[in-house]
Amino acid sequence: MFRPSAVFIFLVACAVLAATRAAWAGPVTITIESWRNDDITIWQHTIIPAFEKTHPDITVKFAPTAPTEYNAALNAKLAAGTAGDLITCRPFDASLQLYEAHRLVALSDLRGMNDFTPAARTAWTTDDGRTTFCVPLAAVIHGFIYNKDAFDKLGLKPPATVAQFFAVLAKLKADGTYIPLAMGTKDGWETASMGYENIGPTYYHGEDGRLALLRGKERLTDPEWVEPFAELAKWRPYLGDGFEAQSYADSQNLFTLGRAAIYPAGSWEISGFRKEAAFALAAFPPPVQKAGDTCYISDHPDLALGLNAKSPHPAQARVFLEWVASPVFAGLYSNALPGFFTLQKTPVALNDPLAREFASWRGRCKSTIRPTYQILSRGTPNLENAFWVEGSNVINGTDTPAAAAAKLQAGLERWYHPAK
Amino acid sequence: MTPSAAPRRRPRLHIAVFLAPAVIVYTAVMIVPLAETLRLSFFAGGPTHPAFAGLTNFRLLFLDDRWAPQFWNALRNNVYFFVIQMLQNPIGIALAALLALPRLRGGAFYRTAIFVPTLLSFVIVGFGWKLILSPLWGVAPTLLKLVGLGALFAPYLGRESSALTTLACISVWQYVGVPMMLCYAALISIPDEIIDAAEVDGVVGIEQFFRVKLPLIWPTIGMISILTFVGNFNAFDLVYVTQGALAGPNYSTDIFGTFLYRTFFGYQLQLGDPNMGATIATLMFLIILAGVCLYLFAVQRRISRYQF
Repeated sequence: MFRPSAVFIFLVACAVLAATRAAWAGPVTITIESWRNDDITIWQHTIIPAFEKTHPDITVKFAPTAPTEYNAALNAKLAAGTAGDLITCRPFDASLQLYEAHRLVALSDLRGMNDFTPAARTAWTTDDGRTTFCVPLAAVIHGFIYNKDAFDKLGLKPPATVAQFFAVLAKLKADGTYIPLAMGTKDGWETASMGYENIGPTYYHGEDGRLALLRGKERLTDPEWVEPFAELAKWRPYLGDGFEAQSYADSQNLFTLGRAAIYPAGSWEISGFRKEAAFALAAFPPPVQKAGDTCYISDHPDLALGLNAKSPHPAQARVFLEWVASPVFAGLYSNALPGFFTLQKTPVALNDPLAREFASWRGRCKSTIRPTYQILSRGTPNLENAFWVEGSNVINGTDTPAAAAAKLQAGLERWYHPAK
Repeated sequence: MTPSAAPRRRPRLHIAVFLAPAVIVYTAVMIVPLAETLRLSFFAGGPTHPAFAGLTNFRLLFLDDRWAPQFWNALRNNVYFFVIQMLQNPIGIALAALLALPRLRGGAFYRTAIFVPTLLSFVIVGFGWKLILSPLWGVAPTLLKLVGLGALFAPYLGRESSALTTLACISVWQYVGVPMMLCYAALISIPDEIIDAAEVDGVVGIEQFFRVKLPLIWPTIGMISILTFVGNFNAFDLVYVTQGALAGPNYSTDIFGTFLYRTFFGYQLQLGDPNMGATIATLMFLIILAGVCLYLFAVQRRISRYQF
């Protein structure tokens, strides 16, 4: 027979007391789900204390999971009703799907939402453009980070045009001290993101090309979409030995160890490179075709924060989101995480010179987002994955640029039929 | 008095009672999920809008040009992986035969050294070999250069022509300890009388191995082969760790495990499709079932067993 011991009774009493206490007193705790486990110290030591200082009645907990597990873990938690109050939103479809399944709440009426540009909100807005369901946190910008010491030693200047870019690469190769370009084709992610989506906008003219593709007015087999592939194929001789088996982490290490001179990059690398690299870092935007051409950069919305529809503390969560939409947060976040740029209209003063360099391109170049992210990766076969595979195939020489483009277009046409 | 008056059979409840724990646990963790997977494969529309779809998913997988090439590619790769993996049997048997030699020095050391990789986590094996074979930091290019074979080195894991073979060889390296140990155990359990009798008859050396010992360990080899077959078509870990879920380069190392993972859970921008994922899982189940049945009915019955 079960006979409760004194200790057991004491424990139950404590639990009951604790539960009732929590119900009527003390600060409310709201939890943030995120895949940015790299940023946990920044949230815990910089961002959350700043918020809690002005809002003593709310405690915030940052609970990240590993990036590769995030989507699956989040879906499982949402289905079980155990997810945190605030959900870090992936851009486009993954979050749209959550909103449509009533997992996320519409936030169009949130105070501060109008301080974001409509372009910044695209990534977390319904297809009809009416409802925004996540507060944009940050965008990342593509470009090339280079070893400034190496450039100075060899008397090289950051290239502005494609011709100059290849001239620089040729000189680096002739010198032989440095691997000209730190990029591998093994993971595919590099060839697509740091390769195609980095230099591509220059050829297909950024948003113009992207929207034309979305409306069915341009095709991936058109010259402006094939040319970036042709350009990538020409990178091949300037990559390191055995680049076919070089992974993303290998490329990062090659560059930060000072063995490679140029790293096709995204701005999210800045804080990591600052820590690892023992040489001066600088950056240049994707080179233009002819001197005087408009430059285009991929300025891609990457992170946002949404409100879990089943949150037990929606009011407090909204208070936090309003704070996230304020310039105070933008300044804190952009400086704590150099390379993650706020999407607010008001510019933020950045302390990191490399981050400032990246951000300065917004002023003189036209911004666009990665072409495969909005709508076009919704069907089967998945266009983004295909870009990873074909980007690597082109550099490996498995496919010609034209063949790769033809495969991508054929895959897209299997399910995407824009109104013409 | 008639003998038939005695109680003939009492309900043997204890059988059910003793079976219950195993049956309940097995049903909960194996049979129910399997049935659910089979059910999912006949539906479409994901968890939010399930709709009965009959055999549509299977038709898509076999015939549709979005799915079929990937499916056949995964099947081909899996079969190839299995064929290479079967190399572990002759190697394992040879090692076992060597270890079973009566006058071998340091047998315990070799046995342990060859078996240890089997105990390692696939993550360690995958990352370890990735590093060894890395053209940038790996020890393989240096070692090959030391013996004058530097020209043989290539980024094996990055080439379409060699990636899958390399992975299969890594897998052989990892698991060769299993056939070795089992065959070794079978070999040393052969009674000395049989060996003595063979020697009296003049059957010695290699001939003795092929004519006396090998027939006695065939049942063990058969069992290892079928375990390898099942393990192979369920394989996922090594490819995922070394090549990622896209099983590059150009899907050349894509096997059912990675194909299922990408489809079911999604990858990057690709959203998960539980129904197509379940369809692939169902086919994996059927392929393994067919293989095991073929083995049980066609092979196992022909293997003669000897009682000592």
